[in-house]
Amino acid sequence: MSEPILQVRDLVKHFPVQQGIVFKKTIGHVRAVDGVSFDLNRGETLGIVGESGCGKSTLAQVLMRLEQPTSGSALFEGVDMFGKKSASQLRQLRRDMQIVLQDPYTSLNPRKTVGDIVGEPFEIHPEVAPKGDRQRRVQELLDTVGLNPEHVRRYPHQFSGGQRQRIGIARALALKPKVIVCDEPVSALDVSIQAQVMNLLGDLQSEFGLSYIFIAHDLGVVRHLSDRVGVMYLGKMVENGTEEQIYEHPQHPYTQALLSSVPVPDPSVRDRREAIRLTGDVPSPANPPSGCRFRTRCWKAQDICAEQEPELAVRRDGGRIDLELADGHPSACHFAERHEHVVS
Amino acid sequence: MSATDESTGGSTKPRLLEVEDLHVEFRTREATANVLNGVGYHVDAGETLAVLGESGSGKSVTAQSVMGILDTPPGFVTKGAIRYRGEELLAATEDRRRELRGENMAMIFQDALSALNPVYTVGFQIAEQFRFRRGMSRKDAMAKAAEMLDMVKIPNAKQRVKEFPHQFSGGMRQRAMIAMSLALDPDLLIADEPTTALDVTVQAQIMDLLDELRRERGMGMILITHDLGVVAEVADRIAVMYAGRVVEESDAESLYERPAHPYTEGLMESIPRLDQKGEQLASIKGLPPNLANIPEGCPFHPRCHRATDECRRKVPELLELRPGRYSACHFAEELISSE
Repeated sequence: MSEPILQVRDLVKHFPVQQGIVFKKTIGHVRAVDGVSFDLNRGETLGIVGESGCGKSTLAQVLMRLEQPTSGSALFEGVDMFGKKSASQLRQLRRDMQIVLQDPYTSLNPRKTVGDIVGEPFEIHPEVAPKGDRQRRVQELLDTVGLNPEHVRRYPHQFSGGQRQRIGIARALALKPKVIVCDEPVSALDVSIQAQVMNLLGDLQSEFGLSYIFIAHDLGVVRHLSDRVGVMYLGKMVENGTEEQIYEHPQHPYTQALLSSVPVPDPSVRDRREAIRLTGDVPSPANPPSGCRFRTRCWKAQDICAEQEPELAVRRDGGRIDLELADGHPSACHFAERHEHVVS
Repeated sequence: MSATDESTGGSTKPRLLEVEDLHVEFRTREATANVLNGVGYHVDAGETLAVLGESGSGKSVTAQSVMGILDTPPGFVTKGAIRYRGEELLAATEDRRRELRGENMAMIFQDALSALNPVYTVGFQIAEQFRFRRGMSRKDAMAKAAEMLDMVKIPNAKQRVKEFPHQFSGGMRQRAMIAMSLALDPDLLIADEPTTALDVTVQAQIMDLLDELRRERGMGMILITHDLGVVAEVADRIAVMYAGRVVEESDAESLYERPAHPYTEGLMESIPRLDQKGEQLASIKGLPPNLANIPEGCPFHPRCHRATDECRRKVPELLELRPGRYSACHFAEELISSE
């Protein structure tokens, strides 16, 4: 893989919790994203996994500048994304980064035809497709995503869920972006349709050299599409590494538990699998536990975990085995341990 | 029932639940959708039957017909039989069916938040059953409700009974619904996508709980889901549905080892696996059929890579290939014996 196209450093997004109607008083913050850093390389897919409430969708929205970050920075091709920008600079940035949303039913305007939906980006960015050329471009895009180009005059309700998701993808592709943020693009779809859409995303990536940030809660889906994977818990990145490092040798107890919770579609391994069962639910991001945020559900937790927040760094296994030599991917746990065969 | 006699070794003890040749249609102003076209399956006490299928395959409608909670109109049962311990339910009075619901069979749903009443406490909703069906006092019923919450492992149950559904997390709501469904000690539990809305770590907790309760109580369980992973972890037997029919039925292990229907095969190949990284997923081409206009012959033929002229003309019957293995495909024998 080549140089990073997107560098995110210490990204923070806090939502204020307010009380009162006239005199609003901020009584706390929901720490949706709380210091996330990563690099996205050109042409690769970075998968982000985590349970609901871990901040993965907020991360997507901040990266798309749909939300202003509380602090932190992001460089897109070396240019600061969050600093003051003229309208035209922002427009250029939006051209290069597009998003595909989860729900294909609410993310398409029911009163517009497919042609209008896919062609709308050209209204804002006429330089991409001159007026006379738009109809042809839209039809080309529909063809690219595997829809019938003659259906430009149809409305979203005339399509099935999988086809609608294809429309959403066509819209994202319209401006020839460099990065596409996919926020749970296949979780609303049936398995057979999900596979079709995932294959499409894979094909488009190799055809157009796209970089994806692929956000999902389904660990199987993420493994299938990603080159590298980041695991999030309560607004923090707890572990990241290559797809193989995360799935074959997870170090963080949360990653291990997450992988072990995923049911394996093979009844013959039913009783042979190691089951790590977490107790309880994810704590509220408005009031996260002190120290390590995972400690309330962790079986390894000790006093130090409540006092000191573990950093996301390459770990040494109790000083005995150098994990860096063995593997070398960062995780945020005081007691990180190389773990094999969680999956099968 | 000849099938019943054969597999229970000639004993006359009726099955816990038996659905036979069930037809349901949904009548709307524009069209009539044939949602179920001859569904048949059975569940015995103490076993888990997984009903697997994609949206629109009719798995939930079958369950609603069994429970007697199908919305009529638009849904109408036009043909078939549903027997609970030998008792024909479609001929039973509404009073009798009401009696059976809760007492003998219960159902839990995917979305616990909308299945619970937001304006009553969780305890009140569970206690209601003890008060009206068991004639308990308010206080006793509340104590019993706390016991039920404790059974489903909700911590601090005595306090939690006084809370409202919105104060519960997703996993706890699902637990509360399980407690509610098991309050009157039914021997058949239908779980309709019980974990689809939950995170994996919580999903694993809930599936473990359901499995444990089923074992303790010797209940029969119908687990409706589209998740092949969940099925593999808990099911004894599996019925795969497509376009309102059971297209394959088998014990769990043989089904995963070698599917006997191209649809099941396609489903298995479309799941991205956790333990391997593939380049291209083998997906099933096309879309599920429109139920108002199901293709002639085998309903799966437009999406099937094996389809021949025979498939386009003749609907394959669900035939027994090996003991306990059924498939509705003209090529079932080839599929099952191929290497």
